[in-house]
Amino acid sequence: MIQVNVKLFASFRIGRFDREIREYPQATTVADVVKELGIPEGEIGILLLNSVHVDLKRQLVDKDVLAIFPLVGGG
Amino acid sequence: MKEFDHEQLKVFLAEHAQGDLLSWANELKLMNLFGLSCNSADELIMTSGFLPSRYQRNRHMISTEQQYQLLKSQVAVVGCGGLGGYVIEELARLGVGRLMVIDSDVFEEHNLNRQLLATIDNLGTSKVDAAVKRVKQINPAVQVDPRQIAVGLGNGVELLAGMDVVVDAIDNINGRLDLEQICHQIEVPLVYGAIAGWFGQVGCIKPGQRILQKLYANWTAGKGIESSFGNPSFTPAVAASLQSAEVCKVLLGHGGLLEERILSVDLLHMQFDDIPVQ
Repeated sequence: MIQVNVKLFASFRIGRFDREIREYPQATTVADVVKELGIPEGEIGILLLNSVHVDLKRQLVDKDVLAIFPLVGGG
Repeated sequence: MKEFDHEQLKVFLAEHAQGDLLSWANELKLMNLFGLSCNSADELIMTSGFLPSRYQRNRHMISTEQQYQLLKSQVAVVGCGGLGGYVIEELARLGVGRLMVIDSDVFEEHNLNRQLLATIDNLGTSKVDAAVKRVKQINPAVQVDPRQIAVGLGNGVELLAGMDVVVDAIDNINGRLDLEQICHQIEVPLVYGAIAGWFGQVGCIKPGQRILQKLYANWTAGKGIESSFGNPSFTPAVAASLQSAEVCKVLLGHGGLLEERILSVDLLHMQFDDIPVQ
């Protein structure tokens, strides 16, 4: 198992959490985490892994910090 | 500005200024006496070491030299809705001398809950015309160039080249990505802002950084969460004020900017997060 520090922002916090250290099996991807949290992929804006932008296919390793933001587009 | 006697100007200022401040009533006299626009009058007053009294509460953070620098600056505000209305208001009051305001839309009833320029009386009329009228009422020195068009890759370079700063007050992601590409091409800083419900994001993108391309890399089509949350009155005001502060600092080359990072604003949980984007 790996431990990932997951940080959620804006609307993704509602009914979930702000930040949590969560355990996942080896070779878990960002997409797996998003799915497990029940976040619709179409609502995803920024995905930052250790402050660097990544896509959903990226595999996570132990002690990663993953930040997930919703898509914000209004003006 | 017609030719005039600098000696006569000096005498006028010495007689009418209180300390180094010139009241609006006396600036009007000056404009009539010398046949000047308000913008030219502001310029002459400031280059003579005086300050129009309208700006007196700026002065402990902005010197007369910096106020003059703002007067000589030009900023394009792309979008005159939720964000744009407040940005235009704040930049005009700040004293930015030239504003190009761009929006193809007219006001609709659903704009009234948050768009500063929308009123019951101007429903159905152009947003850029409302911007011109508003700025004239609050700071007649500001020259507003209204463009009732949409900005895209086809016209953006020509339209925005030569600006000191471009402000993103657009309401859709595709337009934002185009705007970043245009600003990258013409090498003009872009002050980014986006809102949805209780939430917002703000950043300052210098040419070459292409932050939005990274931020919206997972986007394929459609709107963000604003389509389900809508937008209340206060979120655009907060995000637009943060954007205006960034514009002020870019124009004056002063302070620290939201560069290679974005500020994520969450007014529901009242949390501000500074997110590095590399």
